[in-house]
Amino acid sequence: MSSRGLAFINARLIDPASGYDGPGCLIARDGRIEAIEHQPSFSTRLEDARVIDCEGAALAPGLVDLRVKTGEPGAETRETLRSAADAAAAGGVTTIVLQPDTDPAVDEPALVDFLIRRGRDLSSIRVLAAGALTRGLQGEALAEIGLMAEAGAVYFTDADHLIADSRVLRRVMTYAGAFDALVAHRPADAFLTKAAAATGGELASRMGLPAAPAIAERIGLERDLALAESTGARLLVDQITTADALEALQRARSRGVEAAATVSINHLCFNEVDIGGYRTFMRLDPPLRSEGDRQALVEAVRDGLVDAIVSSHTPVPAEGKRLPFAEAEAGAVGLETLLAGALTLHHEAGLSLIEVLRPLTVGPADLIGLEAGRLAVGALADMVLFDPDAPVMIDADRLISRSKNTCFDGRRLQGRVLMTVAGGRIVWRESDTD
Amino acid sequence: MTEPLAVSDTIRERLFPFPRPHLLSAGDLARPDVDALLDLADAFLEFGRQSAKSLDLLRGRTLINLFFENSTRTQGSFEIAGKRLGADVINMAVGASSVAKGETLIDTAATLAAMRPDLLVVRHWGSGAADLLSRKVGCSVINAGDGQHEHPTQALLDLLTIRRTFGDDVGALSVAICGDIQHSRVARSNVALLQAMGCEVRLVGPPTLMPSDVDRWGARVFTDMIEGVTGVDVVMMLRLQRERMNGAYVPSTREYFRFWGLDSDKLAHAAPGVRVMHPGPMNRGVEIDSSIADDPAVSLITDQVEAGVALRMAVLASLAERMEAGQ
Repeated sequence: MSSRGLAFINARLIDPASGYDGPGCLIARDGRIEAIEHQPSFSTRLEDARVIDCEGAALAPGLVDLRVKTGEPGAETRETLRSAADAAAAGGVTTIVLQPDTDPAVDEPALVDFLIRRGRDLSSIRVLAAGALTRGLQGEALAEIGLMAEAGAVYFTDADHLIADSRVLRRVMTYAGAFDALVAHRPADAFLTKAAAATGGELASRMGLPAAPAIAERIGLERDLALAESTGARLLVDQITTADALEALQRARSRGVEAAATVSINHLCFNEVDIGGYRTFMRLDPPLRSEGDRQALVEAVRDGLVDAIVSSHTPVPAEGKRLPFAEAEAGAVGLETLLAGALTLHHEAGLSLIEVLRPLTVGPADLIGLEAGRLAVGALADMVLFDPDAPVMIDADRLISRSKNTCFDGRRLQGRVLMTVAGGRIVWRESDTD
Repeated sequence: MTEPLAVSDTIRERLFPFPRPHLLSAGDLARPDVDALLDLADAFLEFGRQSAKSLDLLRGRTLINLFFENSTRTQGSFEIAGKRLGADVINMAVGASSVAKGETLIDTAATLAAMRPDLLVVRHWGSGAADLLSRKVGCSVINAGDGQHEHPTQALLDLLTIRRTFGDDVGALSVAICGDIQHSRVARSNVALLQAMGCEVRLVGPPTLMPSDVDRWGARVFTDMIEGVTGVDVVMMLRLQRERMNGAYVPSTREYFRFWGLDSDKLAHAAPGVRVMHPGPMNRGVEIDSSIADDPAVSLITDQVEAGVALRMAVLASLAERMEAGQ
């Protein structure tokens, strides 16, 4: 017995997986996409479905965000799964992957199971979890990668903790191969980047900030790529931020190394000049880079060199930011602004909507083997309906996230989310807040 | 011999409202404001040489010295400056106690702001700390050193010392700043101020103590000290902290002194009449030879200390003048 469906008509379907961008209609039922037609409405009469007239708005796969931190467990004042899921839904994000650097760290199967169950109980967007690579994120002993994979961890990472010891990372990669696990690691030399709050250069040296040279990223990446090459591990480069590192990645891929890469929305939209005036909301890890690096990242998205754009959602309460720059906590929230931020690549850099949406949907979904991120019959019915041109003014105080540390405060962007559907259910619509 | 009354008349004539609510960076001041400030400081310096040194320009005003880092000289200098102007001066050595209890800079500032001071002199280890404070408290903030960023009153007192020694045409001078440029807020403030005055500024030191992209500061950069000081009118030495000398940035103190310590051999390459400055406290035999530091014909180091009190009086008095004007 099938349930009542949800039919979208008069939509502009945008499906990066197939490359289709044009008029269409779509029906979802029982959590899956049941039918799609490339014309404004269905040729046959619809059986038992609620009809939503999209009035020409864009209907795309819901966004898949591989890098989200909440405060749960351990720091619920920053963000709970509930508030993060609500923020994600408002931003058109239908899948989030939680980072394991919580308190306690997610380094064993029970915690993975706990988070996934808690996420499911929200009856909202899809909440998935990444497990730790090393016990306690200490960079020393192997975490239970196999058991966590069984419990549902979709990939493995020590989040912002670097595994400085190459011997440990080599063992982690070798071991992960037994489970075909995706190993994510931040590309950075642990010694060069220690205590750094900014990218080395004229600006940081004038401001008197502790800084690391941008080359620290390539140095770390070259090591990680060499280890992945020699162990055969599937490597996910966690947030590439420099042109130098992009070149290194390209060289490795041309040798056949299986390495995917993410880029954070912040590094696509801002550069080091934005930290001027000691604006701690722009204090990020990795730090913001030069304008040349930012442009190289935008081009990498255009060329498909980057597999996924992440929000790198990191809630930091006001007291963590109202400090002298170097002492302030790094990070920015990003779930609610991910789509509008990414659309600046369309509006300002001239990327097509397909090019912008690919690393937000099918790109990350394929990395973690999720049957979502595409508008295809049988795929999970996770979708976002949005107006790509409608202006939005970002106001930090109006964010749903418990923490308001957005880089986009006061910015005018284009791209308004009208409705978010996850598992065939409407989890957010614009009138919910207005 | 100037009469006391005449000196205070000069001071009153030269008093002007400070152009900004705070003094955070040496680069914030336009040249005419710098000139006016130094003229006023000159008058305070003459005044300070009298036996009776109290004025009432800051009567009823409260000045809080908020020092998160230990400082004998700067704190003492501001304290004397405030007291000579008739202000109530309170020294708060925040140091380890509150910070250890988890109190943040902003918490401390809010507590102090509630005590309604008029002037807040702050030193903190974080670059940008004074700027942050100025946006959170209702009184005038004077940056007495924020991390590795700026120490504007030091640069201003250095300029006052130079002007008193060489005369008004400071823009014609060539100044070499030598030593640990990377970690020095004194260097950053001096580069900004001296360049604004039109001086030729050179930076001299080992490459490990040079900030990255320092060549884009508009100053010539030298690793060879003799080349760097050749023909200069002023050599400004910077303090090298001990923890940076034992292999971290330079191999040893003796190697540092051999190549970047100021001795008479290196100084002989400077212009005739060269003068030597140091913000203190000095490491004798590490960055500067005692024979130079103590030679009154060459060293301006004690002049700097005297100028420091006068310059800080000028800053405090003109900030108070701005308050009187209701700005």
